[in-house]
Amino acid sequence: MRVALFITCVNDTLFPGTGKATVGLLRRLGVEVDFPLAQTCCGQMHLNTGYRDEAVKLAGRFAETFAGYDAVVAPSGSCAAMVREQYPHLDIENIPKVYDLSEFLVDVLKTTDVGAYFPHKVTYHPTCHSLRGLKVGDKPFTLLENVRGLELVPLPGAEECCGFGGTFAVKNRDVSAAMCADKIGNVMKTGAEVLCAADNSCLLHIGGTLKRQKSGVRVLHLAEILASTEEGAE
Amino acid sequence: MSGVYIGMPAFPQNAAKAVQNSQLRFNLRKATHTIRGRRAAVVGELADWAELRQAGKTIKDHTLRHLDRYLIELEEKVTAAGGVVHWARDAAEANRIVARLVKDTGETEVVKVKSMATMEIGLNEALAEEGIEAFETDLAELIVQLGDDFPSHILVPAIHRNRAEIRELFLKKMAGAPKDLTDEPRALAEAARLYLRKRFLEAKVAISGANFMIAETGTLVVLESEGNGRMCLTLPKTLISVVGIEKLLPAWQDLEVFLQLLPRSSTGERMNPYTSMWTGATEGQEFHLVLLDNGRTSVLADKVGRQALRCIRCSACLNVCPVYERAGGHSYGSVYPGPIGAILTPQLRGMDTELDRSLPYASSLCGACYEVCPVAIDIPSVLVDLRAKARHPRTEKAGMAAAGWVFSRSKRLAKAQRFGGRMRRLVPKRLPGPLSGWTDTRDMPEIPAESFRDWWVREGNR
Repeated sequence: MRVALFITCVNDTLFPGTGKATVGLLRRLGVEVDFPLAQTCCGQMHLNTGYRDEAVKLAGRFAETFAGYDAVVAPSGSCAAMVREQYPHLDIENIPKVYDLSEFLVDVLKTTDVGAYFPHKVTYHPTCHSLRGLKVGDKPFTLLENVRGLELVPLPGAEECCGFGGTFAVKNRDVSAAMCADKIGNVMKTGAEVLCAADNSCLLHIGGTLKRQKSGVRVLHLAEILASTEEGAE
Repeated sequence: MSGVYIGMPAFPQNAAKAVQNSQLRFNLRKATHTIRGRRAAVVGELADWAELRQAGKTIKDHTLRHLDRYLIELEEKVTAAGGVVHWARDAAEANRIVARLVKDTGETEVVKVKSMATMEIGLNEALAEEGIEAFETDLAELIVQLGDDFPSHILVPAIHRNRAEIRELFLKKMAGAPKDLTDEPRALAEAARLYLRKRFLEAKVAISGANFMIAETGTLVVLESEGNGRMCLTLPKTLISVVGIEKLLPAWQDLEVFLQLLPRSSTGERMNPYTSMWTGATEGQEFHLVLLDNGRTSVLADKVGRQALRCIRCSACLNVCPVYERAGGHSYGSVYPGPIGAILTPQLRGMDTELDRSLPYASSLCGACYEVCPVAIDIPSVLVDLRAKARHPRTEKAGMAAAGWVFSRSKRLAKAQRFGGRMRRLVPKRLPGPLSGWTDTRDMPEIPAESFRDWWVREGNR
């Protein structure tokens, strides 16, 4: 099976640690992953902001870049949902088979225990596009439950949007901030040290607010927790 | 659509004010979460909900595809049953028709059943200009009317008011309200009931909308909770119903689907308390049906946007929308607020004003609305499609073009990342211009010295 990593432009530029963790995790599970250097962005920002033509160009580029791979893994539910849910509406031909990380682990590798160790109290935000777009269901929860040392605490109102929404966070800054305030209120209720999600763009927004408020809660991508081992955590 | 909201600022500015109103935030949260929970419970009871939803979508799509044929059939059946059918191209024409019909009766007062279509066309204001006073008889609609206010929710229009405010309003504006009126819900409802009873008994003309119209039989259907509808639909000598042309269903049997979908999605009830159905005119009474286009045929012409015409005005999408919950209904500047309003208003009214152009952006695209919609309107997709049709700000266009240019070659992206990495210590904590929207409430992330792709190459992977 030829597997490619679609890192996503946000991770590539701002969160290389998530990419390294994804590569480390997949190698540990015996998957040799390729990284086509021609990749850039899936076009979601352009599409969702109203720039369809630019989005179509980037989507076409994406399909060419990842042609020939059996599976494309993306450590982002939102970008994976863009390819799977939106590309068909953009008349893109030969859409590559894209999986969010938890889907790839559970559905393709048939693994729910990745041998990770992370001795911390964690709560999980399921993120809208993983939840309602890809419908990953309880896959990330199952993966986290099998991490040794990890205490998983439920997040109240977990299925509610955090208020990121791409350029929504800037165009509708007040509503976005109000949504995040409620999300953070729920995170604080859990008493967790770490807020985990499978999308760094949501975490950029929630984490940036948590940091501004000096809350003492840190955010981590699912890949980074799953990559952690007893020998040396990321 | 009516011009009642013309001149209102764009959604973000309206919402910025609303999010600071703690009473409004509390009211909205409580009300939407309560109805949301009730809806989830009664929808969960039906094992075949997914099939019902699919049936609702299919029936509506079929009807819309053959709207011309079914409308003619409806007109024939209503006429045969003694009703008179009028066709209104837009709000002005509909208002003219209704005003003329009322004047022909010689009356100067009418009672009204809650109706989104008559709100949409600003009928009450138009009648007032002709010297005709319209009395809203739905409790929440009465509260809105007495307060000279706008509705802020499709199902519960006075969701933004608390009972202390309602008591004050009744004492000030409602003729005959008892001096010792308390803010107990029961006392408030009783005062309204006594006031409305007099209207029902005196009224000679009633105006309604309809939830459904059956082409096969010419029957109109109204679902309601308070019984005020039944009073208006039966007592007065003349009944005038203003109904959007998309409210049509081909056959009586189709109600089987919609009488399950609507109450469960709307009030979270298995069945609504009152369902009134009538076909044409009863002997000794007059019935007029005003069929309203007002932009609907142009919505029908749009391949993506036309699905908005499936809407049965249940408001389930409002009750799950995180944006509506915080911004409130008034921020949308339309009788149709929330996610459905964000796709319906710009299509019916066009996107010529800053407000109407901002509506498709009044969503984080979280998808909660699509999930609960009983006729499966893919609201996020319509929002995105409308965004592509909207005029964009110049600075944004330049930014998006630049981003598109960078993303069109991976070498350009790598160069931009390296530049960012070198400059990372120089990035200010607060960003200027439109980007301050990000740093006003959030810290910037630390920009890494090395991008993922550079790490990948340096590690000798390629």
